[in-house]
Amino acid sequence: MNVVVDNLDVFLAGMRTTVELSVLSFAIAFVIGNIAAAFRVSPVGPLRLVGTTYVELIRNTPLLVLMFMMVFGLPSIGFTYSFYVSAIVVLSAYTGTFVGETVRSGINSVSRGQVEAARALGLTFPQVLRLVVMPQALRTVVAPLGGIFIALLKNSSLAATISVSELTSAAEQIGTDTAQFVPAYLGAAAAYLMLTIPSGFATAWTERKLAIKR
Amino acid sequence: MTAPFLGDDLGPRGKRLTRIVSAVSAAAILAFIAIALTRLADKGQLDEARWRPFTQWPVQKFFLEGLRVTVTVAVVSMVGAIVVGAIMALARLSRTPPVRWAATAYVEFFRGVPLILLIFFSALGLPRYGVELTLFWYLALGLIVYNGAVLGEIFRAGILSLDRGQSEAAYSLGMGYWQAMLLVVIPQAARRMIPAIVSQLVTLLKDTSLGAPIAYLELLRRARINGEFFGNPLQSLFVVAVMYIAVNFTLSRVARRLEVRQRRRLGAGQIAVAGAGEDLAVVGAQGQAAIGKL
Repeated sequence: MNVVVDNLDVFLAGMRTTVELSVLSFAIAFVIGNIAAAFRVSPVGPLRLVGTTYVELIRNTPLLVLMFMMVFGLPSIGFTYSFYVSAIVVLSAYTGTFVGETVRSGINSVSRGQVEAARALGLTFPQVLRLVVMPQALRTVVAPLGGIFIALLKNSSLAATISVSELTSAAEQIGTDTAQFVPAYLGAAAAYLMLTIPSGFATAWTERKLAIKR
Repeated sequence: MTAPFLGDDLGPRGKRLTRIVSAVSAAAILAFIAIALTRLADKGQLDEARWRPFTQWPVQKFFLEGLRVTVTVAVVSMVGAIVVGAIMALARLSRTPPVRWAATAYVEFFRGVPLILLIFFSALGLPRYGVELTLFWYLALGLIVYNGAVLGEIFRAGILSLDRGQSEAAYSLGMGYWQAMLLVVIPQAARRMIPAIVSQLVTLLKDTSLGAPIAYLELLRRARINGEFFGNPLQSLFVVAVMYIAVNFTLSRVARRLEVRQRRRLGAGQIAVAGAGEDLAVVGAQGQAAIGKL
């Protein structure tokens, strides 16, 4: 375990990058996902088409293919970004589809009477969505969203393949340098568990906190 | 398909507004597509020369072989993961505490760790400790260990979702634990788990692309090689993306259809396991209820 202690700074820096990637991407994915969900339930045909196309195409493509497209494909049409920014863009776009599908299922779980009442009061479609449906829908999807965040924490490890120095690449680096693979990888695994397990608890806590007592 | 809550018809004003917004958004989408195509054409990405390799049989063969390899890894890993998952699920429900603890530790550990970390460890670390395998098995090993943990949770949820009366009735007929499990509980639980297993297969198929960083010649790796050889990385990645989407879209459809059929027949939702995989995160209110029961 000396390897981990000796390279603690590398691990901590990697862990920090992993958290940054995940939190930033989740924030962006949350916005994208809500827009996609709103598009998919809207009465406007072309917007529904955009929402469905986005979700079905991105969700069925491996994350690594998207990463490589961003890093090796897009520069040929003049879009070149740093690896860090590329990783965030791809992780957000990918995670956004899962957020979108989850929020949509949440929206569909809100009972119809709620919407009819809101419509009867004269609220417009965007108002119905923003003031009546979403506050109820988002409460029901806290647990799945927590699951998506945990998946994102783990998916952020793919940034290692496009040379972003996060936790997995720290383990790979230290493992290769010192030939001490078991301690290096166990250290990284422990660090991931230190992030994913509390995220699970935080999700449960948020869900309890937001629940409406009826 | 319009969401159910929009079932009540819009009035004349709402209809007019919808038409206007439709026209505007359609125009915006067309403009966006036009700009994208112009951009691609300007940079020479639509040139025939960049696409011509894909019309040649050797290149097509190279990609089809990649698809075969990808599907083979996925199927072999899925079979292995189902075996590991079944063992873990039974062990977690075992009445012997140490067995239960060991299985819980396995599941919680491997479910909380990124798959690529396991694959890197298996491909870079294991050879140093004298374990020599082919790249195929380094990749498959990582996939089996990881998905075994995920499927273990799915199987356990499936077994627990079955009404207790079933096993109680089996015991009262004089069956032992294993008899009740094998003859009564598992056959019923297995049918409920099929949609969840198919969606996990989609995730696993996407995850086989993690073979590319360890230089295994699956679909994605071949796209990179082809892209560098012909100088068309964007086009090569586009082609494999289409192949992945075609396979996964079909599988997702199958999963959804199975789920709908099952819900109609059993009046129960898909078994939901929190954090089991992104594809399972999509649960309705019924799924929530199922989580509450666990």
